[in-house]
Parts: sequence; C-alpha cells; structure tokens
Amino acid sequence: MKKSTRAGIMSAIVWGSGQLANGQWAKAVIFFAGQLMLLFFFPSVCSGIYGLFTLGETKMVVNGSKVVMGDNSIILMIFGILWFFVAAAFLLLYIFNIRDAVKNGRLRDEGKTPLKVREWWNKVTDRSFPYLILLPTIILVFIFVVLPILFGFLIAFTNYSAPDHLPPKNLIDWVGIQNFIDMFKLPMWNDTFGGVLLWTIIWAFISTFTCFFGGLLMACLVNSRRVRFKRFWRSIYILPWAMPGMVSLLIFRNMFNGQFGPINTFLRQANIIEQNIPWLSDALMAKIVIFIVNFWLGFPYFMAMMTGVMTSIPNELLEAARIDGATAKDEFRRITLPLVLYSTAPLLIMSFAGNFNNFNVIYFLTNGNPINPSYKFAGSTDILITWIYKLTKDNRQFQMASVMSILVFVVIASISTFNFLRTRAFKEEDMMS
Amino acid sequence: MDTLKAQIESPPAYNMERQSAFSISHAVAEVIKTILTYALLCIMALFVTLPIVWIIGASFNNASSLLSATFLPKNPTASHYVELFTKTKFPYWYANTFKIACINMVVSVILSMLTAYVFSRFHFVGKKAGLLSILILQMFPSFMGMMALYNILWQLNLLDTHLGLILTYAVGQIPYNTWLIKGYLSNIPKSLDEAAKLDGASNTRIFVQVIFPLSKPILTFVALSQFMAPWMDFIFPRLILSSSKKMTLAIGLYDMISSDTNNNFTTFAAGAVLVAVPITILYVCLQKYLIQGIMAGANKA
Repeated sequence: MKKSTRAGIMSAIVWGSGQLANGQWAKAVIFFAGQLMLLFFFPSVCSGIYGLFTLGETKMVVNGSKVVMGDNSIILMIFGILWFFVAAAFLLLYIFNIRDAVKNGRLRDEGKTPLKVREWWNKVTDRSFPYLILLPTIILVFIFVVLPILFGFLIAFTNYSAPDHLPPKNLIDWVGIQNFIDMFKLPMWNDTFGGVLLWTIIWAFISTFTCFFGGLLMACLVNSRRVRFKRFWRSIYILPWAMPGMVSLLIFRNMFNGQFGPINTFLRQANIIEQNIPWLSDALMAKIVIFIVNFWLGFPYFMAMMTGVMTSIPNELLEAARIDGATAKDEFRRITLPLVLYSTAPLLIMSFAGNFNNFNVIYFLTNGNPINPSYKFAGSTDILITWIYKLTKDNRQFQMASVMSILVFVVIASISTFNFLRTRAFKEEDMMS
Repeated sequence: MDTLKAQIESPPAYNMERQSAFSISHAVAEVIKTILTYALLCIMALFVTLPIVWIIGASFNNASSLLSATFLPKNPTASHYVELFTKTKFPYWYANTFKIACINMVVSVILSMLTAYVFSRFHFVGKKAGLLSILILQMFPSFMGMMALYNILWQLNLLDTHLGLILTYAVGQIPYNTWLIKGYLSNIPKSLDEAAKLDGASNTRIFVQVIFPLSKPILTFVALSQFMAPWMDFIFPRLILSSSKKMTLAIGLYDMISSDTNNNFTTFAAGAVLVAVPITILYVCLQKYLIQGIMAGANKA
C-alpha cells in the first residue's frame, strides 16, 4: 500500500495518526485534540441538531401553582443552528485532516520529507495573520448577524405565532411552505399583502423621484450664475438633511395634527377653511402629506450630492464649450446635466431601495394609520416594512412577518445586485480578489 | 445678387436700433428670470425653515399643549428646558445616547477597518467565500432577525444593557462598512505597501503608517454614520432596552408625545431642539466628508 493511502486511512480513523506516521507530531497532536473535542461535544451536537428537527417535544405543564418548564422551541432552534455550524466545522476539520495526511504521505512516496515542526510552525504563523485578525469579527458577525438572519429565514417554515404557538408556553412545529401558501391563497392575507405591496411600490417610486428632481432643480437654482451668496442658500437647504430625521418627523406629525395642529389652526384663523382638514386621518390626504414631508426630508440629500458633482466639473471643459459657441443652455443640457445624472444614477437606485424599506417616515408620521378595515394588522399607509414590524411587535404573527421579510429581501437583493453588476467595481478584475 | 448687396450695405443705424431693442428686451428677461429665481429660492427657504422655526418657537411657549404652541410665543419662557432636566430622565437619555454613539463608532470603525484591510491586502484560503458572504449579508434589512436577536441577547444576559445595543449596532453594520472601506482601500496603490515592506516594515506598521492615514476620508464617513445611528434609531432600543433610565433619546422623545393627551408637547419641543442643534451643526460642518463617502459608496457598493 502506498504511504499516502495508508496515512489517509489512518487519519480517517484516528485523527492525526496519519500525520504521526508522516513524522509530523505537532500536527498529529492538534488533530487528535480535535477528535477528542468532537467526542466531548458529540452528545451536545446530536441533541442540538435533534432539537432543530423536532423543535421540542415536552410542553410546559401548569399544575395548580406549579409550573413544570417544557422545551423552548425558540431556544432549541437557535442552539440547533449553532450546533449545526459546529458540526460543519468539525466535518471540515476532519476532511482537512485526511487531505493533509494524504498530501504529506504523497511527499514521502516521492522520497521527500514533510516539513519539520519548526519550519511548519513558521509557515503557519506567517499564513495565519489574516485569520487571526478576522477571527473576532467572524465570531461576532456570526452571532449577531448570520444567526439571526438564518433564524428569521427558518421561522417562515414554522407556525410560530400568537395565540397558540408562543414559546415558552407552547411548542412550535415545522409546517413546510404552508405559510407561503396561506399568504397567496387566503384572501385575508392575500388582500392585505397585495394592497400594501402596491402602495409600497408607488411610495418608493414617487418619493424617490420627487426628491431626485427636487434636488436637481434646487442644485441648478443655487448654482446658477444669477444667484449670489450661494453658500448661504445652500446652508439653509441642507438643514433638513442635517437634522435627525426622527425629530423632524415627530415635529411634522404634530404640525399636521388634525385637531390641535398649527397648520389647521392657522388656516382656520385666516378664514381659509371652516372645517379642520383631516391631514393624517384620511387615507388619501395622509399619503399626500407623507410625500410632502418626505420631499422636505429628502431633496437636500440629492441637492448636496449634485452640487458636489457640479462644482467638480473642470472649468476648462466649460470654457472650451463656450469658445466653441455653446450658450448657457447648451452648456447645461450637454455637459452639466449628463454628468450629474451619470454620477447620481447609482444614488437613485440606492435611494429607491432605501425608500422601499423606509420605516421611519411611515412609522413616525402616520404609524401606518388611518385604520383600513379590510386589511389584516395593517393601516392604509403601512408599507411592507412597517407591516412586518407591526406583525412582529404588536400582533406576534412571527411566521407571516418572516415570510414577508423573505419577499422584501428578494426585492432588495435584486435591486442591489442589479446596481452592483452595473458598477465599475464589478468590471474591475481586482474586485473579488 | 442685388438682394445680397442690399443686405451687406444695410444702413448701420437700422442695425444698431434693432440691437438695442433686442438688448433691452433681453435685459428685461434677465431681470424677470433673476426675480423668479430669487422668488423660488425664498419660497423653498420658507418651506424648509418653517417647521424648524415653529419647533424653536414652541419650545419657548408658556403653555404645555400642542394647541397653544405658536410660532411666536406670547410670554417666552425657558421653563420647559428646566423641566426637561428636572422632571424627566432627559439627561440620562442624552448621556446614554452619547455613550452608545461614541462606543459604537469606535468599535465599528476598528472592526470594519481591520476586516477591510485584510480583505484588500492579503491572499488567503476562503477569501472569495468571505467577500461573497459580506456582499450578501449587507443586503438584508437590518431588523429581519429581530426576534432571534432578542432571544440571543436574552441567552447572553444582554437584554436591557447598553452593551447589547452597542453590539447590535456595531456588528450589524460590519458587512456594509467593510464592503465600503474595502472598495476605497482597493484604490490605494499596492505598490505603496510593497515599498514599505521592502524597507522592512511589519504588517502592523504598514497598516498604521501607510494605510490608515490614506483612508481617513472614508473612515470619517463610516465613523460619522455610526455615530449618528443611535440618535435616530428607534427599533433596536425599543426591542432591547426596557428600563426608563437606560433608554436612548429616540425612545424617550417618542414616548413623550405618543400619548393621546399631547400635554407634554412643549417639553418635547425643547428636547427636540436640544437634540437637533448639536447634530445639525456636526452634519453641516462635516458635510464634505459625508458627500465624499456617499459618492464613494455609490460607485462601489
């Protein structure tokens, strides 16, 4: 038998033994320690993965005043995912162990000697620098980003919801794609989903475009040669962008208050209206107010970006155009505008994706209200993201919230991917290396 | 031929007259355009400043309800500012938010910078997989894993602690920030650090003395956005924090006016002014970096 095959088989049975046969005792110790750890953790890994499959079997029992705790499906699921990854890590280590034994065995077959301890150690320390730096980040990102996302994803395939499936009182179960079927088949969910999705898309389009063109108009105005004290004007218009958005939104919510708000009070006192205008309690009116307020919040961002582009257009370019007989209009239409649009197009797409998930504007301004009787757990101005929030926070329909999150992710991911593919970054060879 | 001659020899006086008529109408048009421009500028300025002026006026109003909060307070008083510090937990909220914002900024910048540095300058097994995961992770809406996060923090005994909130903010933004900084670092020529390496500089020294100074603009942007996040965010503090002394400004201010009676309105106004003023000044002063950073992100992310 060849030395490489033998070392491989040995390592497959007792980790590190192949390395020992190859004369690399330091490696052998490390791999063997890995196997001992696997044996030590084996019961936990098994019960963890078992818990992920069953999501708990014993219910909580209330016997008079005595409460006997059962399984908590949520905790079982989180730890199940965790142990699943631990198992995967062990599997990788196992494969690496065998491959390493075979590789060094092959060296011996060819009559060479594998690296001695000191040489090997130098090579490892030299190569492991990136991993050492990344290790804390990887662990943190795994616990606080990857784990919650995976959990959020898996919840869509369970019945985790009020009133009958709320841990720790009850257990939750896997239900396959039942929730997706309900979402598209049950009229109660279907109608709300259709209505909210439509409004989310309308909202994202109109809010993005009003701010984009409002910003463009203001940037052109402020930078026009007629205007003096450009800095002064620019500093005024930039204020809404600089103010904390939540504070501005809460201010607007009060200004547009139907009963006591200053806008209605002013209009009444000036005898323009007799009845209070239901700014936020009428569905259509509320939507209009949302667009106005969002314009206030959003145009300065685009104005600032476009001003940045306009001031960075080289003067020689404009002078050359003038010498060639271009009028101010030509200059704007043929040079300034295309340059501005070209460099702000990615912002437009990003802003669309941002508005699609613009929780703050809707939640703080209208809270999704006025109430829409034909919607389930959503108001007339709710967009998908605020609906998800309400489903999670107020109504505990976690399974449906998760289904919706997946759909939102699909939309956002397609937009981001599209944006990413068209950027220069992707075309550069170096991007992914 | 005759017509051509006539054209060439057309009387100069006639020409001059036409030109001056043209220039007068041109000048009139110019004036009108200038007036229109300024009118539009003024209208927009009014539109932009109205809510700001109103909230400042309201904060100095004598009464406490929304109805009585007028633009120009009749009997201006600073009592609401005093109330804010004596009757509410506003000072705690302010201090909490400031603390969380600062720590979040430092932790996030260090972690994302190191990660981005490693990804842009080293070759190692699993690099492509790592980059791809970062790219995918930064696409998820940040609160998709809200419920799991709550349970994880509960298991780690981090519920109702600032550490839990800071970790949520700082770690949650690592994928996006790393991608952003990595894009910027890739534009710094590698020959610079290779030259330093030839001169015998260690990895640490190259990082501190070459890479770090060159990436200051993008780091300023990341730091600023991380600093800002806790001032505006509502979802995570509401999820994680429960005791009123530990809350952040967003929650405190929201609760102040979300009750139906609206009797705290002027106190809220005072609080809003105290939050908005420093943040606004900071933003206006650092807008150059913000614009740079956003444009860099747009072309890379």
